[in-house]
Amino acid sequence: MTVVPLQPPRRLVEFTLDEQPVRVPEGSTILDACRGAGKDIPTLCEGDTLTPKNACRVCVVEVEGARTLAPACSRRAEAGMTVRTDTERARHSRKIVLELLASSTDLSTTPRAAEWIKEYEAKPARFGADAARVNEEPKVDNELYVRDYDKCILCYKCVDACGEQWQNTFAIAVAGRGFDTRISTEHDAPLTDSACVYCGNCIEVCPTGALSFKTEFDMREAGTWDEAAQTETTTVCAYCGVGCNLTLHVQENEIVKVTSPHDNPVTHGNLCIKGRFGYQHVQNRM
Amino acid sequence: MDLKFADAAKVSDDERAAVDGLLGPAGTGWEGGTERTDEDLRWARGGAAARDRRDLLLPALHAVNDRVGWLSEGALDYICRRLTVPPAEAYGVATFYSMFSVKPRASKVLHVCTDLACAARGGSTALAEGLGPDVAVQPSPCLGLCERAPAALLLQAGAPSRGSAPPAPRGSAPDPAPQSPAGLGVPGGAEYYATAVIAPAGVEAVVSAVNAPQHAPDEPPAAAAVPQAGDPGLVLLKRVGLVDPTSLDDYRANGGYAALRRAFAIGPAAVIREVTDAGLLGRGGAAFPTGRKWQATASQPDHPHYLVCNADESEPGTFKDRVLMEGDPYALIEAMTIAGYAIGAHQGYLYLRGEYPRALERLGNAIARARARGLLGEDVLGQGYAFDIEIRRGAGAYICGEETAIFNSIEGYRGEPRSKPPFPVEKGLFGKPTAVNNVETLVNVLPILTGRAEETKLFCLSGNVGRPGVYELPFGATLRELIELAGPPGAMRAVLLGGAAGSFVRPDELDITLTFEGTRAAGTTLGSGVVLVLGDTVELPRILLRIAEFFRDESCGQCVPCRVGTVRQEEALHRIKDRTGADAADDIVLLREVGRAMRDASICGLGQTAWNAVESAIDRLGAYE
Repeated sequence: MTVVPLQPPRRLVEFTLDEQPVRVPEGSTILDACRGAGKDIPTLCEGDTLTPKNACRVCVVEVEGARTLAPACSRRAEAGMTVRTDTERARHSRKIVLELLASSTDLSTTPRAAEWIKEYEAKPARFGADAARVNEEPKVDNELYVRDYDKCILCYKCVDACGEQWQNTFAIAVAGRGFDTRISTEHDAPLTDSACVYCGNCIEVCPTGALSFKTEFDMREAGTWDEAAQTETTTVCAYCGVGCNLTLHVQENEIVKVTSPHDNPVTHGNLCIKGRFGYQHVQNRM
Repeated sequence: MDLKFADAAKVSDDERAAVDGLLGPAGTGWEGGTERTDEDLRWARGGAAARDRRDLLLPALHAVNDRVGWLSEGALDYICRRLTVPPAEAYGVATFYSMFSVKPRASKVLHVCTDLACAARGGSTALAEGLGPDVAVQPSPCLGLCERAPAALLLQAGAPSRGSAPPAPRGSAPDPAPQSPAGLGVPGGAEYYATAVIAPAGVEAVVSAVNAPQHAPDEPPAAAAVPQAGDPGLVLLKRVGLVDPTSLDDYRANGGYAALRRAFAIGPAAVIREVTDAGLLGRGGAAFPTGRKWQATASQPDHPHYLVCNADESEPGTFKDRVLMEGDPYALIEAMTIAGYAIGAHQGYLYLRGEYPRALERLGNAIARARARGLLGEDVLGQGYAFDIEIRRGAGAYICGEETAIFNSIEGYRGEPRSKPPFPVEKGLFGKPTAVNNVETLVNVLPILTGRAEETKLFCLSGNVGRPGVYELPFGATLRELIELAGPPGAMRAVLLGGAAGSFVRPDELDITLTFEGTRAAGTTLGSGVVLVLGDTVELPRILLRIAEFFRDESCGQCVPCRVGTVRQEEALHRIKDRTGADAADDIVLLREVGRAMRDASICGLGQTAWNAVESAIDRLGAYE
């Protein structure tokens, strides 16, 4: 039996969304309201288990009376506000944000990026061949996971998951400034010299594939990664009594990565090193 | 929080002494004390008590940087142990500020201003050629010395500063002189590093200052930057040049502390009412009504309330706050006390630009003397009101002048702006209701309370004018009248109003009224009061490129439109720097599109205004036509 925790009743807030009246529980964001109304707003730095940093600005919408656009993922719905999600102005900013990101980083493993680039008619190539790029080599400094910052859009999610929002390990932080900003350990030390505990919760929240299992990274390099051929099986971790749910991603009878359901009330998508990476014994065929 | 530190032995004696000078000696082995005792194994400090000193991170980084010149792994690690800060986060903070280095560098660092006003007068790192390997030369954004352009600033770590005790005040009983760095109100102490301001910076002046910064010639008095000094019509600048900026008695003999007495006589609510009725608008650039801000802060049920004085003056071409702070420091201290009283705050933070050594010295002295005379502290003027001020030194980041980035910087985080709402009046410094006011705004409160009705505005004139400096004019004067005062050039190409975040106007638009409404009606801005006059020989594309470079350098990197947009803007301007007409058309379309997204979708004012000046140059001046 699944236990659904009851929450205290919340007042409803009524506002106008794309000319339609909508009612959402107090405290909801504009994005919550959009999703409730079946609207598809692109998001990158927003994640279902974290407080969004609203740094990517791809979800911006127009709030009547405001000088600038508002990030739908973070702006709370207020009674009486008038929000438009699909105006020329909002679409323009989304298009430019996609162009700026795609021209400076590698979005090839970012889910839906290609679809949005097409939808918003973004043309990242128009900044020219000399447009500055992040230009980072993948950091392969341990056997468990790889940090490929060429794919990083600086959404801050890995830092928040490593730090005060989930793991409280604080192994990584944002360093540098401006275009030279990078996610980094202290003094850019290898992970093996850092405070990292290899929980892999940063991989779980990474929206671009910049952080990935070493197995996935190696298979992509070798050209054998085939998501369509993978099965996903959710089971219970056998290591301790907490009862975390694991989702095993299996390709050709080999576990290739492990995630956890974000709506699981025990894990919220988080695991420890054993649940995340300790699966080798399962496939240790003598 | 389970922090992992490196081997404690890696910190050098100098580094340890610098940190201990600020924080006191390490109490236990857990905090990086040299030996772990049996007692340590039975006792550990933890929780909030260990973490609530995070706001000392920036002062601690300064302490090491001042003493050693850079931040080694050992030093950073020791600071982290002492303050219970994750090393990765401290590294992220240290690498945010341009005055810090996490790589070894020479103990002498020469910051050479390459910004608009200085570049126009030969400011370039070429001034520092041939200085040898014991000087690190760093191109710098505007140093706020535009009236004496070109400018350079030398910082020497680990060297005794000159004149550690302030000179005795004139014609009065000596004040209790501050002895220790703590007494100066400057965390970390000013006595471990030397500074020399070199302006105007010729090759010879640079060489002699680099060789012996302690013996560099004194800077001209602050009044030298005020061509109108002594004019009886002055309100905000009236004491600059007239009083000894080190002497509290001199300040009081010239009308000082009359406004604070009046404030105590009428009470906080009446102070806010008078400021509101006077229609005072913020002078930092956003022109928000000060009375409303104070009222909103004062009425918050959450406590404590804080006051933050934004003295991180970094808008290129702006130096009015520096002149006020150097020439009349007690006025700011008095004004902050009044603001604190009005909003119900007992602690004020004065966030001062890291590149302003003389203002730091003067304000530190003023705070110490005011404290010694009971004008700050537990019982201000015997009125039962407690208020004190702490100076926090910035470390080279324009963005920290943004009203929420300044909170993160003070709290020991990266100086990244926060999302609004919530607004500072609800959740500001340390998450508490906070009023943030610019220096000039605060100083305006004094004449409001003492009955001077006419409101004035400070303007920073630089570039091709005969007498650059800070000018004070009543609202309503025209741009032409202002430039006439300063001595206009023979032929003018344009005027940059409001700084890098402002906009250009043409020589035929000089009848613009210099009020917030007047400039808005003309499609431009007063901003922070910058009036940079460009003669007709100026190469406009080069100026625009420099503005774009400034924003690219100073973007904090948090949001995409600004982080990447400022790079793309600079690239496009670089491509068209020698092009016009159809050859530039494609890139101008690109600039417009990127600029519009930066304005609409950036988190804070930096990104939102990064395209202003370039747009106005294209639309109003016909650059690239």
